[in-house]
Amino acid sequence: MNRYPLWKYLLILAVLLTGLIYTLPNFFGESPAVQILPLRSSMKADAALLNRVDATLKAANISPDIVELDGNSVKARFNDTDTQLKAKDALKAALGEDYVVALNLQSRSPAWLTSLHALPMYLGLDLRGGVHFLMQVDMKAALDKSLEAAMGDMRSSMRDENIPYSGISRDGNALLIKFRDAASRAKGEDLLKQHFSDYLLTDKEDGTDFLIRAQLKPEAENRIGESAVQQNLLTLRNRVNELGVAEPVIQQQGKDRVVVQLPGVQDTARAKDILGRTATLEVRLVDEDHQIGPNGTAPFGTEMFKDRDGNSLLVKKQVILTGERINDAQPGFDNRTNEPAVHINLDAVGARKFKEATRENVGKRMAIILFEKGKGEIVTAPVIREEIGGGRVQISGKMTTDEAQDTALLLRAGALAAPMDIVEERTVGPSLGADNIARGFNSTKIGFILIAVFMVAYYMMFGVISVLALAANLLLLVALLSMLQATLTLPGMAGIALTLGMAIDSNVLINERIREELRNGITPQAAINAGYEHAFATILDSNLTNLIVGIALFLFGSGPIKGFAVVLCLGILTSMFSSVLVSRALVNLIYGRRARLSSVSIG
Amino acid sequence: MEFFKIKHDIPFMSYGRYTTAISLVTFLFAIFFLATRGLNFGVDFTGGTVIEVHYGQSADLVKVREQLKNAGLPEAMVQNFGSSRDVLIQIPLKENTAGAKLSDQVMTALHSQDAGVEMRRVEFVGPQVGRDLVDNGAMALLLVSLGIVGYLWVRFEWKFGLSAIIANLHDVVIILGFFAFFQWEFSLSVLAAVLAVLGYSVNESVVVFDRIRENFRKMRKTESAQIIDNAITRTMSRTIITHGCTQMMVFAMLFLGGETLHYFAMALTIGIMFSIYSSVLVASPILLWLEVSREDFIKPEKVEAEEVLP
Repeated sequence: MNRYPLWKYLLILAVLLTGLIYTLPNFFGESPAVQILPLRSSMKADAALLNRVDATLKAANISPDIVELDGNSVKARFNDTDTQLKAKDALKAALGEDYVVALNLQSRSPAWLTSLHALPMYLGLDLRGGVHFLMQVDMKAALDKSLEAAMGDMRSSMRDENIPYSGISRDGNALLIKFRDAASRAKGEDLLKQHFSDYLLTDKEDGTDFLIRAQLKPEAENRIGESAVQQNLLTLRNRVNELGVAEPVIQQQGKDRVVVQLPGVQDTARAKDILGRTATLEVRLVDEDHQIGPNGTAPFGTEMFKDRDGNSLLVKKQVILTGERINDAQPGFDNRTNEPAVHINLDAVGARKFKEATRENVGKRMAIILFEKGKGEIVTAPVIREEIGGGRVQISGKMTTDEAQDTALLLRAGALAAPMDIVEERTVGPSLGADNIARGFNSTKIGFILIAVFMVAYYMMFGVISVLALAANLLLLVALLSMLQATLTLPGMAGIALTLGMAIDSNVLINERIREELRNGITPQAAINAGYEHAFATILDSNLTNLIVGIALFLFGSGPIKGFAVVLCLGILTSMFSSVLVSRALVNLIYGRRARLSSVSIG
Repeated sequence: MEFFKIKHDIPFMSYGRYTTAISLVTFLFAIFFLATRGLNFGVDFTGGTVIEVHYGQSADLVKVREQLKNAGLPEAMVQNFGSSRDVLIQIPLKENTAGAKLSDQVMTALHSQDAGVEMRRVEFVGPQVGRDLVDNGAMALLLVSLGIVGYLWVRFEWKFGLSAIIANLHDVVIILGFFAFFQWEFSLSVLAAVLAVLGYSVNESVVVFDRIRENFRKMRKTESAQIIDNAITRTMSRTIITHGCTQMMVFAMLFLGGETLHYFAMALTIGIMFSIYSSVLVASPILLWLEVSREDFIKPEKVEAEEVLP
């Protein structure tokens, strides 16, 4: 009765072998590596790039362990971190303009394992070090921006159609358009209905004024919010690329939040600075017809900004160009003064607008204003000497080289659709990460050894079998985590330890039951069979209740809890397999063949 | 080797009144401390900033406090963390502060005094996030409880589901009571441990209940109390061995896992101790008190018996 058919042994063996193969990559460890990725998606990493990387490294007298093409990037692996840093500097100097050169870690596991997609477990930030940000998108600001834009569009389209109106103003999430008579209001309503379908229009009378109230439809509101988040995601991706981070995670979470994870980033201040900035550029004309009013108020139709020296300047409200029209921005130097400068390349529409504005305003001054977090600052306000065509613009004015570099980066990476605030930050330094791995690993190891010693002493041969089953459980759990590439965190490691501690329960149940049956005086073979049969119902029940807990934790847990829950759920599945099937197979192999078994070694 | 060679059933149920009374008193104490002292919620739930730094030599906490005061952060809490060279700085959430930039301010201030100071960890949680985490935690607790009651109801009978969840929630409250009494920090990972204990503790009850059910079917002429006594006595060996093994693993985490895992393991330790107690000495008396009987399991057999009657 205690025999498995051959296929069952083979199946268990196959599962364990698969487990072993997928666990293997974790033993090889990781080497420092440099990853070279193209900056723009239009460019591809190819053999030519591989050769360039090779040549650059050779020229700098650096010998990499291996240089290879991996997906759309080239990876170079080194022996130690010193060489890695040297290589990064050399590669950045040679390729930095068009490629992201990022520090990374690469598995040392042999190629045949990698080709089976057997990769080491994906370590969370608390184990490898890095930054985790949760950013909240300011939806109200996104809405405001879109309402402002709609106001401007309504004005210009009514002007184009020669519909007389006396003003547009904001009223919460609605716009109020004023007309002098009913006839022009009717015309206006037709026009608005045609071009502004996102708005719900209602007529209103207010004294002598004829009004249209244009209320933003809820679905349009949702769409604006959604697209603001999407654009911010895109912008963040561009900015993170500029930071040179390998394997960043940038994801939407919930309706209005974005998670950014940057493994290995140590300069968190700079990361925060680059991510959090909402720089946009506006080009406007300086207003020289008006004076700054008393108390520093700006006359109607103008706005006041300060330049870098703190001098106030009046500029017109009308915007000639915004940062969205920028194709490219590069730091450099002014040809004549040799001051640090930013060279900007405009797109076709931008170039045309810029050409028109400069042609019509020769001799006047133009202000280039950089907005960060809603605050504008005039970078420079040069006099327009001649019409500027071709879309090439240069900004210079009291910048340092670093500032020029950052400004260029921000302009190039695009603007955020809505400002974002960091609402959660978790940064783990690399040394703590390494400590965490060691601690998690050590406690699991010591705990395992303690359990193993006790089980063998207490249950003899059945203890050995239980320990082997527990080892199989650990093997399968690690293999599953590696296969799924689930993120392993410190709570996840605690989950592994706890799962092992709880998984032994199944074997204790079985062993105790067998002892009890033996005490009741039935034959050893029958006792083994009865022990497994009876214990199984209990094992199933207790594992299912644990699974309920695991799933609830996974659904509602966040951050560390989620990592724990994943391991808990997977661990329950593997422990069911190993403690019931694997241990039974071992018992059957050892005892099942003997027809007349007089005693079993169960302590 | 065998620790438990018990010939006769231990009359656990006759002590039922005392054991539930002890448990009630502990429970009330836990509630009392939770009400008067409250939990010392970590930064995960309250929001705020935690910065862990490492010094090359023993850190002078007085000096660190002074530096932070000069940097405009007089409310910063500074304490050693694990060793004399590790320092934990906690800054509560305030309106209109720099939020995420705060950690940079602190690091700049510390660097100006000692360039060798190393940032180990920064955690900043904004107020909204903290509230969300509390909501989600409560939701998880509720869902876990409902799931377990539901499962036990389907698998056993409502009396089992009810007594198991009473016994196990009582464990949870007692763990929380310990955390309130000692004012240990209650973080997200402690919450995870508490919920894991809930599952673990139910697991314990399930093993005893399984035996009780089996006994009801086998021992047809025995009193309910005796049946339960027998079930507990016969599963006791397994209970002690299993929990001993789990506890060995948890001890390894408690002593070797570092500060991050310390309170996680602590919550598990308390939880494991009380889950043994509660499933044996609380859940089972409640079950008896709910008048569990043979009829709860073997209704169909009874119907058959009637049919066979001449």
